[in-house]
Amino acid sequence: MSQNESSAGMKLTLRVWRQPNASAPGKLVDYSLANVSPDASFLEMIDQLNEQLIHAGEEPVAFDHDCREGICGMCSMTINGIPHGPERATTTCQLHMRHFKDGDTIVIEPWRAGPFPVVRDLVVNRESFDRIIQAGGFISARTGSAPDANEIAVPKQVADYAMDAAACIGCGACVAACPNASAMLFVAAKASHLNALPQGKPEQDRRVLAMVRTMDGLGFGSCTNIGECSAVCPKEISLDHIAHLNRDYLVASVKNYFSKVE
Amino acid sequence: MKLDAKIPAGPLAQKWDLHKANLKLVNPANRRKYRVLVVGSGLAGASAAASLAEQGYQVSCFCYQDSPRRAHSIAAQGGINAAKNYQNDGDSVYRLFYDTIKGGDFRAREGNVYRLAQVSVDIIDQCVAQGVPFAREYGGLLDNRSFGGAQVSRTFYARGQTGQQLLLGAYSALSRQIGLGQVKMYNRHEMLDLVMVPDSSGEPHAKGIIARNLVTGVIESFSGDAVLLCTGGYGNVFYLSTNAQGCNVSAIWRAYRRGAGMANPCYTQIHPTCIPVHGDEQSKLTLMSESLRNDGRVWVPKSKEVAAKLRARQIKASDVAEADRDYYLERKYKSFGNLAPRDISSRAAKEACDDGRGVASSGFGVYLDFSDAIKRLGEDKIKERYSNLFEMYERITGDSAYRSPMMIYPAVHYTMGGLWVDYNLMSNLSGLFVLGEANFSDHGANRLGASALMQGLADGYFVAPYTLSDYLARTGAGAPSTDHPAFKSAQAQVNDRLNRFLSIQGDKTARHFHQQLGKIMWEYCGMARTEAGLKKALQLIPELRAEFWKNLRVPGTGESLNMEIERAGRVADFLEFGELLCRDALDRDESCGGHFRSEHQDAEGEAARDDEHFNNVSVWESQGENKPPVKHVEPLVYEEVHLAKRSYK
Repeated sequence: MSQNESSAGMKLTLRVWRQPNASAPGKLVDYSLANVSPDASFLEMIDQLNEQLIHAGEEPVAFDHDCREGICGMCSMTINGIPHGPERATTTCQLHMRHFKDGDTIVIEPWRAGPFPVVRDLVVNRESFDRIIQAGGFISARTGSAPDANEIAVPKQVADYAMDAAACIGCGACVAACPNASAMLFVAAKASHLNALPQGKPEQDRRVLAMVRTMDGLGFGSCTNIGECSAVCPKEISLDHIAHLNRDYLVASVKNYFSKVE
Repeated sequence: MKLDAKIPAGPLAQKWDLHKANLKLVNPANRRKYRVLVVGSGLAGASAAASLAEQGYQVSCFCYQDSPRRAHSIAAQGGINAAKNYQNDGDSVYRLFYDTIKGGDFRAREGNVYRLAQVSVDIIDQCVAQGVPFAREYGGLLDNRSFGGAQVSRTFYARGQTGQQLLLGAYSALSRQIGLGQVKMYNRHEMLDLVMVPDSSGEPHAKGIIARNLVTGVIESFSGDAVLLCTGGYGNVFYLSTNAQGCNVSAIWRAYRRGAGMANPCYTQIHPTCIPVHGDEQSKLTLMSESLRNDGRVWVPKSKEVAAKLRARQIKASDVAEADRDYYLERKYKSFGNLAPRDISSRAAKEACDDGRGVASSGFGVYLDFSDAIKRLGEDKIKERYSNLFEMYERITGDSAYRSPMMIYPAVHYTMGGLWVDYNLMSNLSGLFVLGEANFSDHGANRLGASALMQGLADGYFVAPYTLSDYLARTGAGAPSTDHPAFKSAQAQVNDRLNRFLSIQGDKTARHFHQQLGKIMWEYCGMARTEAGLKKALQLIPELRAEFWKNLRVPGTGESLNMEIERAGRVADFLEFGELLCRDALDRDESCGGHFRSEHQDAEGEAARDDEHFNNVSVWESQGENKPPVKHVEPLVYEEVHLAKRSYK
């Protein structure tokens, strides 16, 4: 349905995870919400719920969100069991209510993964992702030290491949969807992006070892090639990157065995 | 208030180099004795924090999001300008400088803009070295595209996600420094006040901030040798804008209330290509990159009757014969056509809709049509260039722009005004530096496309690291203790204010007041402004503010994650700032760039400047809560450029 054909609002039952803070137990609570426009985004629907809750003297549902255009990676809701909900390649903020029906019950939970502890309600702590990047998700290029941008030619296919991987928004849906809570798709996307480019080669081995070691140390699970991560990824990051990371990790480990690369 | 722009002497092309040669330096071994507070982690903040840390300074960086990678720079789509002239089409530093001055309708400083054009080339080098995957040609060299307001192809891009890739580049440099322990990162912290501490001679210096830990609610004091505000623009004063939900004016507004001058707040940019508004619950507007205007043609029907049928969905866009279409940008602006600058394109869309020829169901929408480009280049080529934008459009509207034209309408997108800074990017308060969209410096009354990313990174990578070092070398190391009375008193004021929000217990939410403010701003201070309308707004906003403080409801407590107390603080500041914006718009009795006063237009409806009275920067000084501010003026001196009527015909 296009935006100009929308009809009257929907009535929904929302079953939402409420948890006052990190240490308190949480539970699912049912709310009834009427007059939801099919053109509203999922988060605008939650806004509407929160206005209703505040007017009723209750505390609104805490949730993470910012750009609301699918790029900042902040929004994070598991909707009916699927991180970011049922639509392919879509973040929660870009999911629109026209994909739901009048009378639906929608279950809304936070990301569920050990390394993403719940902060409150639907808000989780994803600083573990930052820690992985801090360990090696960069090319060391001090400001001012760069050669001319066209000095190194990068074949278009390589640049495109790097860009495909670099499209990751760091939302963490891959971890939330994985039965093992593995962060391999996230780590692989960053490693692929940087390892593919000529500028990223000098640090490749160090990068791969440091990122994987940090990931493991933070309690993310192992990858068993299930593929849920890629299926829910709003940017459709391919599983191929995990294969490349495994290859790069093996090479780096062997090199490191014979002479320390770190 | 003393306003000394400190533009260096000498020929325009040599000012920056001469100035750099004269700046004081801090010995590498001494740099670790200094702590710099960087507020915001977007392009300006992340690049500044990373570069200063690389130089050896201790840096603390703050962002309200859960990670520095989320800052709203990430949403910029189209590209970043640089005077590389890789296309051999006549580009140069001078031409980028001139285009930017002209695009800004001759209301920016020559010296700052020339420097921006100069360092633009270094930015591209830096970003490529970091691994930013810019688009490439088959030969492996960098590709460029055209953007509004320029007749050369100087825009570098990474599909429709250039802002994301540039921010991730800066974020990776920042992350490296966090990992090395050189930067201490404070996620989910929001700055609520600036702390000024007098030096031995009694002159106040910016030496700290008060921030709220958004998870625990704890109000904390942070002390440093200087403060950099890289906190973005204030577009959300209009409620509906393309900004992220959390974007706010609070950091620069709190600095203003501590004595920093607010420059040209009425210079706001309305972006011509956004998805039209759909209903009352709408929380934000989504931009469709200006790059789409490279291949899309903007049109409305020539007749109101046809437009009415389109609105009622009795006919489709493709049913309208070529002869019945008005490609109004191509008609009015022959040499720039669909790539006319943003302010001009936006007003032209408004004119067409006000004339009853809008095509969206609300009446506020025009077509951006790709059918010719698809015929000429094939659908695959269009997909390669814009697939992510077309997908985004379809996700939001349910329509495919490959099959029928996009519908677009202007929306608030960027704000050129901000805190006044001198050539060194320091505000009138010693030690308070302002970078990126938060300052007023480079875009005059209208910003050209692909120049925001350029400015954010220029300020953070290549300007502030030099000029801040000079300030630090002059003042010496010595951040005050947070036990200083200035910290104690600022912290108490912040606490009082939060308690006031909680104690009102009225029956309207902060969102309600924000929406009401947005309606006033858009109605009376949007794309076209009049004296009567602005006077009306200046009466309505204080009334709304009074009601806010009587009837606000904030649930919960201040001692936990509480989105409503965050929102209340931001809306309270917007309610004060919106009044200043309207006051500035009323005071600037001319039209220029994004500031269009209906009283001042030429026979063809174009903005008519008044160079005799307004060739200057308006800088407002706070006199305290609910007291009218005082206006100061910095004259604009044009040594190189001849003030001309801006023409894109």
